[in-house]
Amino acid sequence: MLMEKKLYTVIVYSENIAGMLNQVTAEFTRRQMNIETLNVSSSNIEGVHRYTISLWTTEWLIQRVTKRLEKKVDILRAYYFTDNEIFMQEVALYKLSTPRLLENKQISKIIRHNNARVIEINSAYTVVEKTGKTDAVLSLYKEFAAEQCVLQFVKSGRVAIVRDASVNLSENLFDEDSIRSKVRG
Amino acid sequence: MKKELITGGEALLRSLKNEQVDTIYGYPGGSIIPVFDALYDYREDFHQVLVRHEQAAVHAAQGYARSSGKVGVCIVTSGPGATNTLTGISDAMLDSTPIVVIAGQVSSAVLGTDAFQEIDLVGVTQPISKWSYQIRSAEDVAWAVSRAFYIASTGRPGPVVLDFTKNAQVSQVLYEPIKVDSVRSYVPYPKPDLQCIKEAADLINRAKRPFAVVGQGVELGEAHKELIAFLEKGGIPAARTLMGLSSLPSDHPLCMGMLGMHGNLGPNVNTNECDVLIAIGMRFSDRVTGKLETYAKQAKIIHLDIDKVEIDKSVPVDIPVLGDCKETLPLITELLNENSHKEWIATFGDLDKIENEKVIEKALNPTDGPILMGEVCRKVSEATNHNAILVTDVGQNQMFAARYFKYKEPHSIITSGGLGTMGFGLPAAMGATMGAPHRTVCYFAGDGGFQMNMQELGTIMEQRCPVKMIVMDNSYLGMVRQWQQLFYENRCSWTPMCNPDFCKIAEAYGIPSRFVKDRSELDAAIKEMVETPGAFLLNVVVRAEDNVMPMMPLGASVCEMILE
Ligand SMILES: Cc1ncc(C[n+]2csc(CCOP(=O)(O)OP(=O)(O)O)c2C)c(N)n1
Ligand SMILES: [Mg+2]
Repeated sequence: MLMEKKLYTVIVYSENIAGMLNQVTAEFTRRQMNIETLNVSSSNIEGVHRYTISLWTTEWLIQRVTKRLEKKVDILRAYYFTDNEIFMQEVALYKLSTPRLLENKQISKIIRHNNARVIEINSAYTVVEKTGKTDAVLSLYKEFAAEQCVLQFVKSGRVAIVRDASVNLSENLFDEDSIRSKVRG
Repeated sequence: MKKELITGGEALLRSLKNEQVDTIYGYPGGSIIPVFDALYDYREDFHQVLVRHEQAAVHAAQGYARSSGKVGVCIVTSGPGATNTLTGISDAMLDSTPIVVIAGQVSSAVLGTDAFQEIDLVGVTQPISKWSYQIRSAEDVAWAVSRAFYIASTGRPGPVVLDFTKNAQVSQVLYEPIKVDSVRSYVPYPKPDLQCIKEAADLINRAKRPFAVVGQGVELGEAHKELIAFLEKGGIPAARTLMGLSSLPSDHPLCMGMLGMHGNLGPNVNTNECDVLIAIGMRFSDRVTGKLETYAKQAKIIHLDIDKVEIDKSVPVDIPVLGDCKETLPLITELLNENSHKEWIATFGDLDKIENEKVIEKALNPTDGPILMGEVCRKVSEATNHNAILVTDVGQNQMFAARYFKYKEPHSIITSGGLGTMGFGLPAAMGATMGAPHRTVCYFAGDGGFQMNMQELGTIMEQRCPVKMIVMDNSYLGMVRQWQQLFYENRCSWTPMCNPDFCKIAEAYGIPSRFVKDRSELDAAIKEMVETPGAFLLNVVVRAEDNVMPMMPLGASVCEMILE
C-alpha cells in the first residue's frame, strides 16, 4: 500500500521570502523525485504563499517529504493528498489559426462541445481557454491538433482545493497546538 | 535606550554581545574586512581566535558549543572563506550543533555578476543548514542576528548561516537591540500529548523486558537527571548511541554500554530480545540499527523526540512521544510502577562476559606485541579519572576511544557522528578547551585525520589551548583498511601511509611531545602528558593491522555482530 506509486498533490504554505521555492523543490530533488506540476502564488493570507505541487510517488516517501518540508523554519504547513481527496483544475490556452477556424466548421464544434471559451479573435489567430482536469485540457489539445489548427499551446500546473467539508487548510496556520503537536498526518 | 548611529559591522558585534557571545573563531578577507575592523575596537569584549583554516573555525565553534551548551560563532570572508565552512556546517547539521556562521558577501549592487569571491552562499547552504539568510542592509543586522541565535539554539539545535553583504557592513544604522523569541512559522518545542505519555507509561509498566536506547537528545535537552530518575524507577536497562555516550554515566548500574556498528554485544543483541524499546532523543541512525527489516521487530517501540521528522522516519513507532525529553521524561516517570527486571538485566551480563573474553580483554590487556589503540584509550581515561572531555577524530581511533573511554560527567564526548568528518577532532578539541576551560580535553586521532587539520597546531600554540593530543599512528587509513581486510580480500588500495615525525612537527610549534613505541613506556608517557601543563602531543605507534571489534557488518542485523 505505502509503496504503490500514485499521483499526489502537495500543498505548502510558506512565508513569502526569497529562496523559499528553492528550499521546497530541494527536498524533492535530493531524492530525485520528479515534480509533475508546480503552482506558486500568494494565498488568502497576507505575506503567506501557497504552493500546489503534483508528482508521482509513493505514500511512504510523500509522508516523509511533507514532514521535512513542514520542519523548515519559514514553512508553515505542508499537506499531501490523493486525487480523490481534492478538486483540482488546470488552465490551458490554445492559440489557433483564424483562417483554419473559418474554413473548418469542425473546430468551432470542438470548442463548443468542450465548454472552452474564446477570449481573443483577430484575423491571424484566435485564443481559446479551457479550465478542467488534466485529461480534459490535454484531450482538447489533441482534438485541435487533429484539425491542424494549433499555433501555440500552454497549460498551467494544477491548483487544488480539499474536498473534505471540515478542512480549511489556512485556518490554523499560526496556531501552534493545532497540527504541530500531532505527530502524524 | 538611546539609539546610536553605527556601522552595520559594529551593529553585528553589538548584536553578538546581546546574545552573550564571548568567543569568536574566524579568518579575515576582503569582503568581511569592515567587520574585522570593528572587532579591533572590541578586543576586550570577545575572545578573538584567528584559526589557520576556515574549516577549523567551524569545527572549533562546534567543539565550543558542545562543551559549553552555548552557541558557537565564526566569522569568515566570502568565496573561498565561505566554501571552506561547508564541511563544518554539514557536520553541525547532522549532529544538531548550535552554531552561527557569519560570512562576508560582495556588495548587493554586484550580486549575481560573478564579482571577485562571490558565491551564492545562501543557495549553497540552504540544504545543509537550519536557516540561511542574506543581510543586505545595516537595518537588518540586529533582527537577523537575534533570529539566527534563536533558531540555532532552540528546539533541535543546528547551524545557521548569515551572508553579510559588504554594503550592509559599512553603511550606518541607528542601532537598537532586538530580541527575537518567536518565529510564527517555527515551533521548536512541541507540546507533549498526555494521551501518548499515558500509553507509553502503561506499555512500560506491562513490559517484561524493557530497554532504553538513549541519544544526544538527552545531552542537548540537559535531561541527564530526568533520564536517571526514569530508568531507576522503572528498573530499565539502557544503552547509549555514540553521540549520547555521556548522557548516562558509564558506571551507572543500568548502563549497558554502547549501541551501533562497533558498540557492545549486550545492547545490540538485546535490541532484538526486548519487548518494549524506548528510544530517547536518538534518531535510529543506520549505524545503530543495522538491517532495518530485522531491527527490533519483536518489540513495541516508544520514541521520545523533539523533532517530528524523526518519528517513523526509518523505524515504525508504536507510541510517539513528541516533545523536549526534559519535559516528557518526568511525565512518564510519574506514571511508572517501580520495577527491577533483574533477570532481564542479567542477560546483558551474560553477553558482556562473551565480549569481555573474546574482545575486551585482548584489547585492553595484551601481553606482548605492539601497543593497541584500545589500551591507550583506557589508560588515558583512567589517568584523567574518567573526568576528561573526549574529543575524537574519525576512524578506528574514534571507535576505540568511544568504546574504552569512560564517561562520568555530561557533555564529555565530542565526535563527528553523522558526517564522520576526518579532521574534525583537532579544531573541535581546541574549541572545547575554550568552551569548558575548567575541564581536561583529550583528543584522539589517527595519523590520517590528524593530518587533515594539523595546521591548527598554530592556533593551539598561539591561544595556548591545553589540548592533550594523542595521535595513534598505525601508518594506515585504518578503518578503511579494516573494511578492505574483511570485505575486499585484504586488497589495501590507497590505505598504507608514510608519515612524518609528528613530535618534530609539535616541536616546531613549541608544543611538548613524546614518542612511544614500547608498551613499557606507555604509562609514564601518559602520566607526563597529563601532568605537563598546557598542550601536549603523545605520538603512539600502534599495531598496524588491528581491527575494531565487535562489528556489525554492513547489511547485518543488530544481533549478528562478529567478534573476531
Ligand atoms: C574527510 C573524510 N575523508 C574520508 C573519510 C573516510 N574514512 C573514514 S575512516 C578513514 C581512515 C582514517 O584513518 P586514520 O585517521 O589514520 O584513522 P585510523 O582509522 O587509522 O584510526 C577514512 C579515510 C572520512 N570519514 N572523512
Ligand atoms: Mg591510521
